[in-house]
Amino acid sequence: MTTTIYIPCDSTAQALGAEAVAASFASAIAQRQLDVTLVRNGSRGLFWLEPMIEVATPAGRVAYGPVTVKDVASLLQADVLNGGAHPLCLGKVEEIPYLKRQQRISLKRVGVTDPLSVEDYLAHGGTRGLRRALTLTPLEIVKEVTDSGLRGRGGAAFPTGIKWNTVLHASGEQKYIVCNADEGDSGTFSDRMQMEGDPFGLIEGMVIAGLAVGATQGYIYVRSEYPHAIAALNAAVIKATQHGWLGDSLLGSGKQFHLEVRKAAGAYVCGEETALLESLEGRRGIVRAKPPLPAITGLFGKPTVINNVITLGSVPDILANGAAAYQAFGCGRSRGTLPFQLAGNIKYGGLVEVPFGLTLRELLYDFGGGSLSGRPLRAVQVGGPLGAYVPESQFDTVLDYEAFAAVGAVLGHGGIVAFDDTVDMMKQARYAMAFCAIESCGKCTPCRIGSTRGVEVIDRLAAGNPGQTALLRELCDTMQNGSLCAMGSMTPYPVLSALNHFPEDFSRRTQ
Amino acid sequence: MENSNHIIAVAQILAAKQSLPGALLPVLHDVQDTLGFIPSEAVPLIARALNLSRAEVHGVITYYHYFRQVPPGRHVLRVCQAEACQAVGSDALAKHAQATLACDFHATSEDGAVTLEPVYCLGHCAVGPNIQIDETTLHARVTPEKFDQVLAELRSKP
Repeated sequence: MTTTIYIPCDSTAQALGAEAVAASFASAIAQRQLDVTLVRNGSRGLFWLEPMIEVATPAGRVAYGPVTVKDVASLLQADVLNGGAHPLCLGKVEEIPYLKRQQRISLKRVGVTDPLSVEDYLAHGGTRGLRRALTLTPLEIVKEVTDSGLRGRGGAAFPTGIKWNTVLHASGEQKYIVCNADEGDSGTFSDRMQMEGDPFGLIEGMVIAGLAVGATQGYIYVRSEYPHAIAALNAAVIKATQHGWLGDSLLGSGKQFHLEVRKAAGAYVCGEETALLESLEGRRGIVRAKPPLPAITGLFGKPTVINNVITLGSVPDILANGAAAYQAFGCGRSRGTLPFQLAGNIKYGGLVEVPFGLTLRELLYDFGGGSLSGRPLRAVQVGGPLGAYVPESQFDTVLDYEAFAAVGAVLGHGGIVAFDDTVDMMKQARYAMAFCAIESCGKCTPCRIGSTRGVEVIDRLAAGNPGQTALLRELCDTMQNGSLCAMGSMTPYPVLSALNHFPEDFSRRTQ
Repeated sequence: MENSNHIIAVAQILAAKQSLPGALLPVLHDVQDTLGFIPSEAVPLIARALNLSRAEVHGVITYYHYFRQVPPGRHVLRVCQAEACQAVGSDALAKHAQATLACDFHATSEDGAVTLEPVYCLGHCAVGPNIQIDETTLHARVTPEKFDQVLAELRSKP
C-alpha cells in the first residue's frame, strides 16, 4: 500500500530548511524503492516544530519535528512510514494541544491539503460555498454575510455585509472585487499562510463576493515580499479557471468572474485601501480623501469591494455552513474566529485561530509559552506597527475589538509581537516615528512632517531634555486628529502607549 | 550595445503588457525582473506607450522601495528590520551584516557580490531574525555566525 508523507512547502518552513528535508526524503525514497507519495502541504503554523513532517497512517496523520536532513535516515530506520516511535515523534497531529485547542475556519485546510490539489480541495469542503451561492440571489448572499457578523480582518473591522450591500446597490456597469493582500504589518503572516497554503479558498471567497455584488473582475494585490504566495496564487488561478471555478461560466451557471494577481512594490502605505487602488491603477500609492468611499467610487472610479485575505477566505465557510454557525463563535460584537499570529520573542510562535474571547495572557502563555529568551515578557505590540504596546498589567484584556479599543489599543490584523524585559521602549517609540517617516505617502502634512519631527523630538528627549515630552504629546495629538489615513493617525498608538506605560524608559535619560 | 538590448527588452514587455488596465506596475516589474533594474532609457519608452509623462513614470519608479534604478550586485540580500525581528536581535544582525560587507543598507559590497537592503517584514515573524536572498531563498533564526555561513556560500556562487 502506498504511504503518504507530507512535508510543508510553506515559506517559513522553507526558511527553516524544509526544501533540503524534502529533497533528502525524495532521494531516500527513490534509492530504497519505497512505495511512498510525497505531498507538499501548507504549514499547520506550529513554527517551532518546522520543518514538521506528517505520515498518513490508518489511525490518522502522525507528526515528526523539527526534522533536519540529518534525521532522515534514522526516521526511515524507525519505521516512520508506519508511524514508528522516534525521539522527534509528536504523536497524532490533531492531538497536539496547540492545534487541538484551536477553532480553524478560515484556515481550516492550511497545512492539511496540497495547496494546489483540486482533489484535496474538493475532499475538504472546497466549492460548497460557491455552489450554494450560485443558488441564491445577490441580496441573499449579502444577507448571509451580514448575519454572520463577519468584520474586516485587515484591521479596521468594518462589517463586511454592510460594505457588500453598499456595492450591491451602487449603480455601475462594471464593479470590482479587490483583495488586499498587502500584509505589511510586522508580526502578521495569516494572509501569507492562506495564500500559500489554501489559495483556492481565497479565490472561492472572491468569486462569491463577485456574485453577491455583481462584479465580474477581481484583483489580488499581493506584496512583493511574498514571492511564494504570488506563485501559489498564479498557479491556483490557472487551475481554478480549468475547473470552471473562474471564467466565463462559473460551474456552468453562465455567470462570470475573472481574476488577476498583481504584485505590489514594497510600499507599506499601499495596505491602506485607497492607496492600494491608486497603485493598482498604475500610480504612486498616494492616499485618496474619503468620501467618496471605494464602495461607490473605487478602482478605475467604479464601485469596488476591498477586503482583506482572511475576510474573503472566511466567506466560503459562511456560505457553506450558514451564517448562524459562524455567528455562534466569538463574543460581544466580535463574531467568528480570528487567526492570531504569535511572533517576536515568544517560545511557541505560530498561528492560533480561535474564537474572539480569550485573553491576551492566555494566548501569550497557554499557547505561546512565554518568551523565547526565558526572561519576563515586558511589552507586547498588538496589531502591527500602528498598534499600541500593551504592558503586563493589561494582559488580561479580552481579545475582542471593543475590549481592546477600551484600553486604547487595537487588535488590527491579529499580529502579536512579544518583547522581553531587555526592550528599550523609547527606542521602539522612535522606531514607530521613523517607520512612519519612511513609509508616509506624503500627501498630508501631519504624517509627512510630523513623523520626522517626532524622531527629532524623541532624539532630544534621549539627549536629556525632559520638556520635550509635552511637545511629543502635542505632536501625537496633531497626527492623530489631522492625518488623512491610519498611517499618520495611528502612529501615535505605539508612541503614546510606550510613553504612558513605560515612562521610566523615557525619564531614565533625562534625569 | 547594452543600451539597445535594454530597449528591445522593454519594447517586448510593453507589447505584452501595455493594454492591461493600470499597466504601469506590471510593466515595471517585468522590466526589473528581466534586466535586474529599471534603466533610465526605459522611462521615455514606457511613458509613450502608456500615454503618461516621463515625470509620472519616474515618480512611480522612485516612490516604491522595490524598484531600483541602478544594477544590483550579483545577489540581493534583505535583512528584516521590523518589530518582530527587532524583538529577537535584528538590530545586531543588521550591524553585523553592514560591518561584514563593509557597506550600508541600499549599497553593494565592494566585490559586487551582495547588495544589502532593509526589508520591513517577510512574514516569518515567529522565527526571526529573517533574511531573504534573491527573492525566494529564505533563512530564519539568523545569528551572526549563521549569516557568515550563508554569506560564504553566496560568495562562492557565481
